[in-house]
Amino acid sequence: MLVHLQGSWSPALGRLCMKQLAFLHVPILEYTFAVVALLGLAAVGAVTYFGKWKYLWREWLTTVDHKRIGIMYIIIGLVMLLRGFADAVMIRLQQDMAIGPHSPGYMGAVHGYLTPFHIGQIFSAHGMIMIVFAATPLLVGLMNIIVPIQIGARDMAYPYLNALGLWLTGGGAALVMLSLFIGNFAHGGWYGFLPYFELPYSPGVGVDYWMWAFQLSAIGTSLGSINLIATIVKMRAPGMTWMRLPIFTWASLSTNLIALTSFPVLMVALALVGMDRYLGTHFYTAGMGGNLMLYNDLFWIWGHPEVYFLILPAFGIMSEIIPTFSEKTLFGYATMVIASFAIGGVSWGVWLHHFFTMAAAPSVNSFYSITTMLVGIPTGVKIFNWIFTMYRGRVRFELPMMWALLALSLLIVGGMTGMMNAFASNDYMWHNGIFVVAHFHMMVLVIASSIFGAVEYWFPKLFGFKLEQKWGKWFFWFMVLGTGFVFVPMFILGLAGMTRRLDYIPYTAWGPYLHLEMVGIGLYGAALLFFLAHLYVSLRDRESRRVGADAWGTGRSVEWMTHSPVPSYNFALIPHINARDEWAWRKDNGLTELHPGDYEPIHMPKNTGVPLVLGAFFFTLAFGLTWRIWWLTALSTAAIVIMIIVRSFDTDTDMTIPPNEVERTEKRRSDRASDFIATGVPPYAGGPVGTATAYQRLPEPAGGTGASSGGRL
Amino acid sequence: MSAHSTAVDPKSASLWARHYPGHDVIGTRTFGFWLYMLTDAMVYAALFASLVVLSHASNMVGGPAPSEFINPRVAYEETIALFASVLTYGLAMVSLKKGSRRGVTGWILLSALLGLVYLGLSVADNVNLFQHGITPQTNGFLSAFFAIIIYHAVHIVVGVAWMLVMLLQIAKEGFSQNVVYRLINLRLFWHFQAVIWVFVFVFVYLQGVVL
Repeated sequence: MLVHLQGSWSPALGRLCMKQLAFLHVPILEYTFAVVALLGLAAVGAVTYFGKWKYLWREWLTTVDHKRIGIMYIIIGLVMLLRGFADAVMIRLQQDMAIGPHSPGYMGAVHGYLTPFHIGQIFSAHGMIMIVFAATPLLVGLMNIIVPIQIGARDMAYPYLNALGLWLTGGGAALVMLSLFIGNFAHGGWYGFLPYFELPYSPGVGVDYWMWAFQLSAIGTSLGSINLIATIVKMRAPGMTWMRLPIFTWASLSTNLIALTSFPVLMVALALVGMDRYLGTHFYTAGMGGNLMLYNDLFWIWGHPEVYFLILPAFGIMSEIIPTFSEKTLFGYATMVIASFAIGGVSWGVWLHHFFTMAAAPSVNSFYSITTMLVGIPTGVKIFNWIFTMYRGRVRFELPMMWALLALSLLIVGGMTGMMNAFASNDYMWHNGIFVVAHFHMMVLVIASSIFGAVEYWFPKLFGFKLEQKWGKWFFWFMVLGTGFVFVPMFILGLAGMTRRLDYIPYTAWGPYLHLEMVGIGLYGAALLFFLAHLYVSLRDRESRRVGADAWGTGRSVEWMTHSPVPSYNFALIPHINARDEWAWRKDNGLTELHPGDYEPIHMPKNTGVPLVLGAFFFTLAFGLTWRIWWLTALSTAAIVIMIIVRSFDTDTDMTIPPNEVERTEKRRSDRASDFIATGVPPYAGGPVGTATAYQRLPEPAGGTGASSGGRL
Repeated sequence: MSAHSTAVDPKSASLWARHYPGHDVIGTRTFGFWLYMLTDAMVYAALFASLVVLSHASNMVGGPAPSEFINPRVAYEETIALFASVLTYGLAMVSLKKGSRRGVTGWILLSALLGLVYLGLSVADNVNLFQHGITPQTNGFLSAFFAIIIYHAVHIVVGVAWMLVMLLQIAKEGFSQNVVYRLINLRLFWHFQAVIWVFVFVFVYLQGVVL
């Protein structure tokens, strides 16, 4: 059944041998490995030195708390974002160096410093990591944290499944990182080319790493989407009707419906690649009745919904931040909901625009051109809704709002260039060109900006203190500058006809633009340092920035109705929802007491280490498959099946927090809050807020702006 | 736009849901399982689409035409076995409603046996094809053909294993909340396999006869 492999293979180690330990003999990787090994040792050492292993295991690795799982998702996302950024720097540096026939070559490259095989791996890893292991975990993490609190639930519908999704994603990320040092990674682009990715043309393990890491993440994300949809449909607090659902939760529902329906198609697309590579089938082969277009279609049937899977939560974040900092209710709530679902729906009918030039009839191209342009309608509705939300509002330019506005501006640039790409005729000129690359980087920067905005916005909710503003603003402005310097020249080069994924630039006339892009990368690098300073200063001075429940003073939705940081059970008593912007409504009516008294026992799931161990076995399974170590594959599969069955016999999975413990926790929060009352900040909203807020001002006299404190238009 | 401030009278509004009974565990679990089946339906949709794409004459190079080897009679026997199994599982659910542990156990045992009969027929048919040199490695059409059949058979294996685990759990716990929701989900799963089998029978076997 199994295909015959060229090259060495042993039963014990599969295809693994000393030669494959790339970090021992590739110069760049030697340094990278040294740095990573040192960082890893430092982390292990620090945990040991401070005696935190037990804490780490009990409070984090085995947790089923949706907030902690979300935080770990975000940590994975940020680490992988850094890795993806490092890849971007390497690509830009190569294109900055390898211009024209007289450009020098270093480290075995004819021009620049990277061989074509190496840069191929880097741009494949960059794309895949940024989409699958940076943006996706960051957004899934945010949804994980915020959605249950926003709907007044204590946890997700399936806390255990939630942890499993996290560790599957973690296993996939670990596999990608491992490919850096052991063996190699796919070198033909993040979305794969068939039949180029077939065994005869890509005989190494790179494609296998790519495929299995992708597969693990796809399974994890599908499980996560089941969980979030069930949570939103089934776990809403009493009184929270559909039309009272916070807008971020609506966006999450739409986005997870996309994930639920599209990720299985990706699994099939990749599984068929796997069967071709492992079993010698002929789904995508060049001969023997294979059809390479089948792969393109299957992949992009997932691929395009996937990008809306990423952008919709970003829109949801903007829809939360902008009303809070405009002190008004969201303009056009119902149209916003309809637009989210319209985008989700139309995402299923546009995939062919990824390959307009690949032999589709003009009628087919026209159809997909038009559906692609249709996306602009609901997106336009959203843009106008945000603008009208700010119109006559009391806009405060704090960091979350700045990020949201940056996302809005980038969305306009990305959206307009997207319309240009929607014309199939245009695509015949710039297919595979960097105009397209610049366009979709605008869109992913919309996502990135929203994520940074969301981190600023919800950080105090999770950790009880605000991030500082000074370094954060440096970070923000350097990100703006970097984006301009990298992507404006890229748009120009795209119109000049430059194609993507070049390891050598034949036209010296493009040089100045590429050097400008390198300047932009430098600005991004500075932004990264400012980000670290931002985090460090915020952590150092956290005591001076403690906040109460309503961290920004003008929060509107349910998550601001519980303590910051949120206790493990979210709400001592489940809130009863009376209005769309429940918290704004309560503040309007003076109903801000968060200590309702006489607490009740709370039923919560128990921590369990099973998801972590399952994730580890899925990782070894994928590793065994990649290197074709069959005993490891069989062992891991058996372990997974046995663990799932044994776990199903475990009846001791829940616990009850007694009322006196709930009361103690709640009291402790209010005691700490009273420290701040002593500092003179007037208490309200269940606890004081560090900074004065516009909400506390009295309504403006008649004839004023009309945007009164409660956010009524 | 201030719908929120007029909807409820703040003076009489209830703010906290005291003695909130919580969420219906069985309903939530079953809803989630429906969602899982939607993902599986998408997997099948992609596989069936692949089969259609790979059903042209050019995809059948180096192998026989489907009508030369596809035997709807075997598929018909498999249909009888699988549908009988679904029926007996339905009867197990009737017993569950009555709270009869013996009834549930007996009918599930019978369902699992019928599932094994289905698997036996399927394995025999496929081994027979393999022995005649008709394998997934022959050409694109056969790759898709076997992918669907084997993927479906894997589900039957999982279903039978699940039934055996449930027999143990019924013996151990009786009809606890966990056992009941799992039995309901297994019913969904098992019926779903029968529904998918209808598609397999029509689009793989019957369609294959005329290709």
